Amino acid sequence: MRESANRSVNRNVNEKRNIGKLRREGFRPPEYFAFMVVLVACILVCVAVGSVNIPLQETAQILWNHLTGQPQPEGTAVAIIVSTRLPRVFCVALVGAALSIGGGAMQGLLKNPLADGTTLGVSSGASLGAILSIAFGIQIPGLPFAGTAGMAMVFAFGSLMIILSLAYRLDYSLSTNTIILLGVIFTMFISSIVALITTFAAERVHSITFWLMGSFAGATYGNAIMLAVVLVICGAIILLRAQELNAFAIGEENARHIGVDVRRVKMIVMIAVSALIGVCVSVSGTIGFVGLVIPHMLRLIVGPNHKRLLPSTLFGGAIFLLLADLASRTIFSPRELPIGVVTSFVGAIVFLSIFYRARVKP
Amino acid sequence: MSRGNKTEGQAFCPADTGQKACPSVLPSVLLEAQDLTVQYGDTVIVDGVGFTVSEGDWLMIAGPNGAGKSTIVGAISGSVPYFGGITCIGRDVKAYKPQDFARLTGVLSQRVSVGYSFTVEEVVRLGRYAYSRGIFAGGSDADDDAVDLAIERTGLEPYRRHSVLTLSGGELQRTFLAQIFAQEPRILILDEPTNHLDLVYQKQVFALIGEWLKEPGRAVVSVVHDLSLAKAYGTNALLLHKGRSVGFGPVSEILCAERLDSVYDMDVYAWMRTMLAQWK
Repeated sequence: MRESANRSVNRNVNEKRNIGKLRREGFRPPEYFAFMVVLVACILVCVAVGSVNIPLQETAQILWNHLTGQPQPEGTAVAIIVSTRLPRVFCVALVGAALSIGGGAMQGLLKNPLADGTTLGVSSGASLGAILSIAFGIQIPGLPFAGTAGMAMVFAFGSLMIILSLAYRLDYSLSTNTIILLGVIFTMFISSIVALITTFAAERVHSITFWLMGSFAGATYGNAIMLAVVLVICGAIILLRAQELNAFAIGEENARHIGVDVRRVKMIVMIAVSALIGVCVSVSGTIGFVGLVIPHMLRLIVGPNHKRLLPSTLFGGAIFLLLADLASRTIFSPRELPIGVVTSFVGAIVFLSIFYRARVKP
Repeated sequence: MSRGNKTEGQAFCPADTGQKACPSVLPSVLLEAQDLTVQYGDTVIVDGVGFTVSEGDWLMIAGPNGAGKSTIVGAISGSVPYFGGITCIGRDVKAYKPQDFARLTGVLSQRVSVGYSFTVEEVVRLGRYAYSRGIFAGGSDADDDAVDLAIERTGLEPYRRHSVLTLSGGELQRTFLAQIFAQEPRILILDEPTNHLDLVYQKQVFALIGEWLKEPGRAVVSVVHDLSLAKAYGTNALLLHKGRSVGFGPVSEILCAERLDSVYDMDVYAWMRTMLAQWK
């Protein structure tokens, strides 16, 4: 469409140009609206469904009353929704969005579709940081949980730096799978330390299953607020670098040649991604492959341009993780699966499909 | 018909004047390297090389494998650390902000590859990155014009919406050539741009660059393997041998028998004539 507008003789008709411009970059409001509708529907279903099913209409009524501050009807449904399911659902959606945009940014930055917090070992580094802070009581006075999240972020960044510097020594372009192999080895190494600490400090830290597979049981509104703050700040930082990420996705050399401040942008994006992964891990443990699956699937739908891809990963990630959490709560109800079981199950399959496609390509 | 042509001409005018907006009082020397030295550890890759590139020049950097040709390009574009001085329009290249430098120089790499299925237009449009006025600003009309012109020049119009993953090597190289055309630099730096391409693409790329150079205030620096191409298109040449400069000056003086024979350790002229004789 834009092509024909461009090629038409009246190139200087401003109206046509403006249409072309709107078409070109990012999403338009209707597209955002469509994503929003699906997301809200998912949230509604996830709040209503569980070990106790609450009719959708009643759920919507309770949520509406809660939002507008009106008095709630009597019954256990209110307690279940407001104090248990709602904070959990918020946390799930925020973690899904954060992990997905983080994964999308990493895959662009490193020009590697397999890059993700889990595959690079960043998540396991973050869980080590979180565990150390809990086990040794490293906390910031007055801000409960911030010490744990902070340590997780710092360790996430440290892990990323270690993995990248090791990989650079072996293969400057980073586009091969050397970096993934290093990430896997790093994850094994860190996981063994995590297991060691959880064994000796079992009374204080979560179980090893939490750190390796993740869980949203016990998520609070406080967690959700912290996640939201970090996601807004780091998400904005990443979204504003969409064009630079496009350049990196085409190649770091090319990015340098077109005038991108390569070192600076790389550092900014890596800090933002580490902060996102750190805060997610401190709240919900390691939830594998979310940052791998969502950007990959959405790239097939909206294309590789980060101006479209990154906003869509926010919604896609939230929706995916909400459904995964729903599955983990309901499939073997009343038993609850660790959410990582569900995401890794899907993730491993997607990983293989990307890996094979990359190999088969001439 | 005539009316259509007229509008077309008018529409292209702003882009053209935009390119020439730099006043003609600028110094005619665009790029200068003095005592350029590159070392990896103890190994000296480039040793005290110097050259000057003025407006209208096409400098050919020639020499056998391992002579340090591509390293010089790396030093200019900022990806290889070096000793000595490289100045671009009277200013040290290290003093430029990346965006400012990208408005003066465009680099076409030896081997280009893309990992994701970006469209040709998206790749070309990235060439306008140096002109983006801040993170909140959208594209401008000048951007659209430059992108359209670059795509048209390189004959990529039919591929505008195609994924770069589906292109042939020659088409991909032309896509990146379009990207640096859209970048509107004053100096093109090409690192063996046609090394892996078939003859027809070699001819296309060199013809396109020759056409680009006709505009005033521009210059080209290219690393070439093929001495015939160097002689055919170059105005000046820098001949390298094991990192040292064997000569810098007009192509005809530098790429002459006595210099080439010692550098390549063979009778280059005789070999070239033997090759040519195959076509008679």
